[in-house]
Amino acid sequence: MTGHVEERTDPRVAFEAAKLGVWAFLATEVLLFGALFTAYTVFRIQYPQLFYEQHLKLNRILGTVNTLVLISSSLLVALGVNAIRRGKTRFMVICYGATVLLGAVFLCVKYVEWTEEFHKGLYPGTNIFFSLYFMMTGLHGIHVLAGMCVLAYVAVLAHRGRFSESYYTPVELSGLYWHFVDLVWIYLLPLLYLIG
Amino acid sequence: MNGEPETGRGYLEERGWRSWAYTMDHKRIGVMYLCTTIAFFFIGGIFALLLRLELLSPQAKYFSDHAYNVFFTLHGAMMIFLFIIPAIPSGLGNFFIPMHIGARDVAFPRLNLASYWIFVAGFLVVIASLVSPMDTGWTFYTPYSAKTGAAVATLSFGIFLIGMSSILTGLNFIVTIHMMRAPGMTWHRMPLFLWGMYATSIIQVIATPVVGVTFLLLAMERIFGVAFFDPSKGGDPVLFQHFFWFYSHPVVYVMILPAMGIISEVIPVFSRKPIFGYKAIAYSSLAIAFLGFLVWGHHMFTSGMSPLANAFFSFLTFFVAVPTAVKVFNWIATLYKGSITFEAPMLYALTFIFLFAVGGLTGPFLGALATDVQLHDTYFVVAHFHYTMMGGTVMGFFAGLHYWFPKMTGKMLNEKVARIAWALVFLGFNVTFFTMFITGFEGMPRRYAEYLPRYHVENVISSIGSAILAVGILVMFWNFLQGIRKGPPAPGNPWRALTLEWQTSSPPITENFPEIPVVTDWPYGYGEPKGRTA
Amino acid sequence: MEGACREKGSVMGKVFALGAASGQAAQVDAVFLMILVIGIFFFLLTQGLLIYFAVKYRRRSPDRDNETPRITENRVLEFFWILIPSIVVVVIFYYGWRVYTNLHEPEAGAVEVYVNGRQWLYEIKYPDGRTAINEIRVPAGKPVKFILSASDVIHGFYFPDFRGKMDMIPGRTTVLRLQPDRPGRYPIFCTVYCGTGHSNMMARLIVMPPAEYAEWAAHGEKEGGEGKEHEPLAVRGERIVKNAGCLNCHNIEGPVKVGPDWKGVYGRKVLLEGGKTVTADEDYLRESIVDPGAKIVKGFPNVMPTYKTTLPKDDIDAVVAYLKTLK
Repeated sequence: MTGHVEERTDPRVAFEAAKLGVWAFLATEVLLFGALFTAYTVFRIQYPQLFYEQHLKLNRILGTVNTLVLISSSLLVALGVNAIRRGKTRFMVICYGATVLLGAVFLCVKYVEWTEEFHKGLYPGTNIFFSLYFMMTGLHGIHVLAGMCVLAYVAVLAHRGRFSESYYTPVELSGLYWHFVDLVWIYLLPLLYLIG
Repeated sequence: MNGEPETGRGYLEERGWRSWAYTMDHKRIGVMYLCTTIAFFFIGGIFALLLRLELLSPQAKYFSDHAYNVFFTLHGAMMIFLFIIPAIPSGLGNFFIPMHIGARDVAFPRLNLASYWIFVAGFLVVIASLVSPMDTGWTFYTPYSAKTGAAVATLSFGIFLIGMSSILTGLNFIVTIHMMRAPGMTWHRMPLFLWGMYATSIIQVIATPVVGVTFLLLAMERIFGVAFFDPSKGGDPVLFQHFFWFYSHPVVYVMILPAMGIISEVIPVFSRKPIFGYKAIAYSSLAIAFLGFLVWGHHMFTSGMSPLANAFFSFLTFFVAVPTAVKVFNWIATLYKGSITFEAPMLYALTFIFLFAVGGLTGPFLGALATDVQLHDTYFVVAHFHYTMMGGTVMGFFAGLHYWFPKMTGKMLNEKVARIAWALVFLGFNVTFFTMFITGFEGMPRRYAEYLPRYHVENVISSIGSAILAVGILVMFWNFLQGIRKGPPAPGNPWRALTLEWQTSSPPITENFPEIPVVTDWPYGYGEPKGRTA
Repeated sequence: MEGACREKGSVMGKVFALGAASGQAAQVDAVFLMILVIGIFFFLLTQGLLIYFAVKYRRRSPDRDNETPRITENRVLEFFWILIPSIVVVVIFYYGWRVYTNLHEPEAGAVEVYVNGRQWLYEIKYPDGRTAINEIRVPAGKPVKFILSASDVIHGFYFPDFRGKMDMIPGRTTVLRLQPDRPGRYPIFCTVYCGTGHSNMMARLIVMPPAEYAEWAAHGEKEGGEGKEHEPLAVRGERIVKNAGCLNCHNIEGPVKVGPDWKGVYGRKVLLEGGKTVTADEDYLRESIVDPGAKIVKGFPNVMPTYKTTLPKDDIDAVVAYLKTLK
């Protein structure tokens, strides 16, 4: 996403441009998930009973664990950005590295959950609720994976000393993306696991 | 104003395929987009001619019904996803947005190159889907698209990639227009082409992800049996239509707004008059983009939506007509008391206004509920959208190609041949598509490989028109090739226009401008200085 | 199909020539006419000015091009050309919406007809249990309510002569109302693309004078010779084949359509999916009508619906007898 601005442009403009670019990108991401949330709304209004019955088959404990994992990873990202602002590259690398690990934990838990569901005979084609469940968590999982790649890349660059308190655009913007991924999960949890 | 800077090298001078494949020069990327999309314009055009050939006879004569269905699907899908959506924004837009704002390049040149190659990957996947060619129509309606044996998942994936390229391009343009304007280039000093492109980019960024996820769901339904659109599992096939049109309606404005921008550039230059109502044209682009998101339901008046929803969408649909009409009035008012010449760009621009007026004024038939129920899915709709898309966007594209040809290639075109081509295109287009309004009113449904003999005469006339149109387009592109090969060298500013791209050499140097220009006025200051009010 | 098509065309073509076939259709035509008049007015106004300006203000000598005035806006003019189109479109919307609502107003005492679309024919069911394929009979002068559904993909239900149309959607029912005034035979087209046979998916709407309709409703088919004492079996079969939509997919002469062609089908060696071969004898032909999925001919899609419930046994015998005559 970032770092494509040519050297000849003013660094302040470059930062603003990159930031605007990432925000516009997040807007498309919102719309991407927006379509699924719309489908969710339509079908939940149509089949409230089905949604209630089916959601009981999900593993709430693992869902909650995953939420905690993602929230703490977001916290680490925020600490990392704060660190690089003050020039503490080493601490930032640790934070981002830990975030990548937590992302991996999240995906492993997700893997366990999905395996469990497959064993129970619950597949994406089973019914509308599980279609939504697998599509939404699957798409989110892909975003987590992409976020992990970006954060790992930024952490490697930081380790090589590419960022300082005067230039840390990619650190901040990749962090922004991670917060978005986290935020999507915060919406998915009540919609899928906690139907009243 | 006609200063020809001698510094730097022309952007075309470097040779070898690497200099193109790895280029981050927005001009070269624009040229690559243009060549690719025009190639698909020709392929899509060949499919169109095959369709017209088959329709010469009421019964299946040259091709089977299945082959006909494949042809119209590929005609629609290629023309829309591979030609008309990327041609002006990604082709001409890439070339001229940075030049119009006085920048050296777009904001993210590497991302720009990446979007081109994602586009290439997308169309390669689309071509791969031809092993089992699509027969669903370009609209992919479920449940048929979930059941047919064709390679729907492959084609959806190809279009998903093309959509991704489109999003990245739009995003790049938004940031470019926000951040990269030359000193003094305020928003209200931007050429109107940029306003059109800005509105377009916003639509691309907001609407495209929705169709992306829709095609993803369709592919998942085919692969894993996901139930969203499958009525036997409680899904809703009409939901697909909502998602599809939530993208595909705004996207018709992605097609038309840049073309309107080109017209707003060409008209003042060739009538030597300031554009009339600059702000009205600029803001009407944004208004159209905004309203475009609220009217998708008018494609679905017969799909069993509630009468209230139908009324709502019908009402909003009519309000798209107002900003559109304002633009037409402004262009005509610009001609008033001008000093008009009729070079090829101007001929196509006037043709745009004429044909687009027909397309626009047949819109209310389809926006009004009572008449839409009759005309929906008939040839009337086919005629209407060809008048807006081909009579509008493609004519605007042709106007742009003729207008910017000297700038892009550094050569002048043969004006006489260009006019002959124009006359053939104009004649052929009207014979082909005006007839379809009548065919449609008489009740012939679209996408019919065979039809009742009572529609025979109309179809024969349309087919004859399509042949004339094809000849006209061949002459035009032959003229382009001749121009590139042996046209006389073009001066920096052959049309004596005031926008920034004409203030540098033809073809431009790699850096666009020897030094970044400082803008002091809007780009439409033609005519006598006195009496100006803006 | 060619034969059926030609026949349909000539009959239909004579019965009406684009005229509205009901009062409802006339109302829709009035909306159409109003929009047309407004459209032509604005077209002549704008394009007239365009051509007039283009001719009048063409550059007469090359040195005159800097003498144009700098007119950049005119607030009054712009105000009015925003206001007037806004009013016009609201008027058009309102009129179109009123007529649309009128047409969809439920009317008491409507004759109900159930129509189910499938690839590529219409199955018709009347409330009294009678069924038909591709042929709908309704009385003139009475409101009719079509209750539409689909079994496989989305289909369309469109009669141009009545200006009416509705999609047929699997998994839900939609409704289309009609008040036919003039007796006659009218075509029904499928308007939503539904696959290979889409353009051959057609039906007939036969609007009968009320007395004739009552007669038909009480005693069944009169025309076409059903019930004739000595109608040869093959002739009866040919009639059924034409009415039941078989020819939408099977050709007798000319290029192969969706299904295998019928010329010389009886006694032919048929290669099946899976490599087996059978001879198309009476038994095979009958099975293919009643249970089409049982033995699929190689290279053809398994899409044919069963006629087990829609054709009585006698009719199936007649169809087989007819197929035997195609040499």
